[in-house]
Amino acid sequence: MKPAYLDHAATTPMLPEAIEVMTAQLGQVGNASSLHAAGRRTRRVVEEARESVAGALGARPSEVVFTSGGTEADNLAIKGLYWARRAQGANRILVSAVEHHAALDPAHWLGDRQDAVVEVLDVDEFGRVHPRTLRAAVERDPGTVALVSVMWANNEVGTVQAVPELAEIAHAHGIPFHTDAVQAVGKLPVVFSGSGVDALTVSGHKVGGPMGVGALLLARGVDPVPVLHGGGQERDVRSGTLDAPSLAGFATAVRIAVERQAETRARLTELRDDLIRKVRQAVPDVILNGDPADRLPGNAHFSFPGCEGDALLMLLDAKGVECSTGSACSAGVAQPSHVLLAMGADAVRARGSLRFSLGHTSTQADVDRVAEVIGGVVERARRAGLT
Amino acid sequence: MRLRVLAAMSGGVDSAVAAARIAEAGHDVTGVHLALSANPQSYRTGARGCCTIEDARDARRAADVIGIPFYVWDMAERFHRDVVEDFVGEYAAGRTPNPCLRCNEKIKFEAVLERALALGFDAVATGHHARIVDGVLSRSPDEGKDQSYVLGVLTREQLARAIFPLGDSTKARVREEAARRGLMVADKPDSHDVCFIADGDTRGFLERRLGAAQGPIVDESGQVVGSHEGAYGFTVGQRKGLRIDRPAADGRPRYVLSIEPVSNTITVGPRSALEVTAIVAERPVWNGPVAEPYEPLACTVQLRAHGEVYACRARLSGEEVHITLDAPATGVAAGQAAVLYLGDTVIGSATISTAA
Ligand SMILES: Cc1ncc(COP(=O)(O)O)c(C=O)c1O
Repeated sequence: MKPAYLDHAATTPMLPEAIEVMTAQLGQVGNASSLHAAGRRTRRVVEEARESVAGALGARPSEVVFTSGGTEADNLAIKGLYWARRAQGANRILVSAVEHHAALDPAHWLGDRQDAVVEVLDVDEFGRVHPRTLRAAVERDPGTVALVSVMWANNEVGTVQAVPELAEIAHAHGIPFHTDAVQAVGKLPVVFSGSGVDALTVSGHKVGGPMGVGALLLARGVDPVPVLHGGGQERDVRSGTLDAPSLAGFATAVRIAVERQAETRARLTELRDDLIRKVRQAVPDVILNGDPADRLPGNAHFSFPGCEGDALLMLLDAKGVECSTGSACSAGVAQPSHVLLAMGADAVRARGSLRFSLGHTSTQADVDRVAEVIGGVVERARRAGLT
Repeated sequence: MRLRVLAAMSGGVDSAVAAARIAEAGHDVTGVHLALSANPQSYRTGARGCCTIEDARDARRAADVIGIPFYVWDMAERFHRDVVEDFVGEYAAGRTPNPCLRCNEKIKFEAVLERALALGFDAVATGHHARIVDGVLSRSPDEGKDQSYVLGVLTREQLARAIFPLGDSTKARVREEAARRGLMVADKPDSHDVCFIADGDTRGFLERRLGAAQGPIVDESGQVVGSHEGAYGFTVGQRKGLRIDRPAADGRPRYVLSIEPVSNTITVGPRSALEVTAIVAERPVWNGPVAEPYEPLACTVQLRAHGEVYACRARLSGEEVHITLDAPATGVAAGQAAVLYLGDTVIGSATISTAA
């Protein structure tokens, strides 16, 4: 039997349409920076991709900076905006406690290796950053805040943040606001121009495009210092020969994911709610993590008291259910998730957690598969205990 | 019968080939790397069963090549408590521990085995060079690599759940096979020394944990002949590094005869005084094909890893084993295991407490 793939937040299958345009382009020669006909043909592919991404996300084409993925886009936003603002005398970075490591680690790196002062914004038990938390942090000394970064939706527990409201607080003081929307695009309505954010991260492989490609949307007049120096291909902010085949696939995936967003959201919400209901039936003391209502449609994140996440993962894998503990590893050893810890969970609860994330290929059969095996798996993991 | 087998994979060549063989035999195999340090950089690469980040990667790569699921289990706390602290505590008590043996006893075939059984596995497979036939342990045909000694402490129950797929092979064969199977670890160097002492400096490691404690070195008559910085730095039978001020009357080298932790005294003497024939050992384990020997049993005994084998008679008396050697042995240290054999077959073991 085909395994139930419930790890779409890690990566989701490519859309057939994206595979088609990407593979077609792989056979073509041409560097988008070249002046001859082959270069012009490639440039056309790249610029159409740019226009397509811009159109899908409510941005202008000139606001799209292509990158090698979400990690690079986050690094460019955090480091680049910090360096630009540092030159103007601001040195505080405000980041939420639940950011992905791709945003959190550059901020802490700037704090450890350079003269940034990193202030981590607390979240509540559901993982939400309250506007008053941000307002208090900003207003302590607005002139010294270099940037604010709060993700659109959390990759682990699925909680959606009040991004427009938070962005407005930063804007009132002329502070640039970055959001990592990697998990949100295609699942929630994401409109760059209407959101009030200055920089927004997108990743290809989370929306049905290829891995290793993504974008940072940068509002006009927002000019981070480059992280990658070289040919200056992307607005002089990012260098490197543009990967035309990947960009074609990426743009197609973004376009389709956004077109189908409302329908996907409705379908996944229903499946996800059914999954939560069935897991609760099988394991009555299970804890649902994250915002109970305002969460990513495909996300169900649980703590299973008395279990170790690793053991659950292994047992589920053996039963053909592929999911994730959702947190980072260090030398392969699961660390308690910084997201859950920030939400007030203790290390034991954090370690006993699993994320099921649904996506465009998920079906009722996947959910039923989990429902069928989860009770037995949890019982077995409980017997194996916490060590 | 198809078994659900947990293959402990250290990242070395032996455990990789062991996992490959058991998978090829048709069992349902899952690879598990044991993370034994909270701070993996500090351990030696290639060390037996231990974990630098590189070892964890090698193990995962091998599992991928074999085509089995792979997980890392965090055993750092248990390892620290049951192996590292035990190691330090044994030295502090004037004994000479064998941490590999303790790791087999407490980690691989206790903590890991118990967890594996709870999770629905039937057995734990490792890359040890030793044979198990019907739950009975015996030596590897590769004399130089034989590890039956460090497994001799396992109980019958533990052995019943253990699989050693390399039991019939020499190390050279295992390396060849690894290369043939496309396992990149084929020519990874063998592990050696104590895995959790990164620089190999056992004395420095113990000193950092136990602190320096100056004490006397005396000869057999009780006369002080020198001083030391900590009794834990010594092992019975040791000759080098004594730094004795006064030469012996007979001009011959002197050896550590005993270590007395309470008075922090090292006693030294001539090689002849090291010779022992009567050994008392505690915490006996009878794990072989013969019954507990309440009457003296003629067998052989090995008194340290890769050590010589001595003909002896062994007799169980209460919670002690009394071992009488046919011919004297030297360098017999309390804390080491006495593993008893009939031919190549392990029949039991116990921890040496005294020797005379
Ligand atoms: C919220 C979030 N940000 C950033 C990333 C990194 O994106 P990429 O894999 O494209 O580098 C991920 C993916 O794991 C993510 O979930």
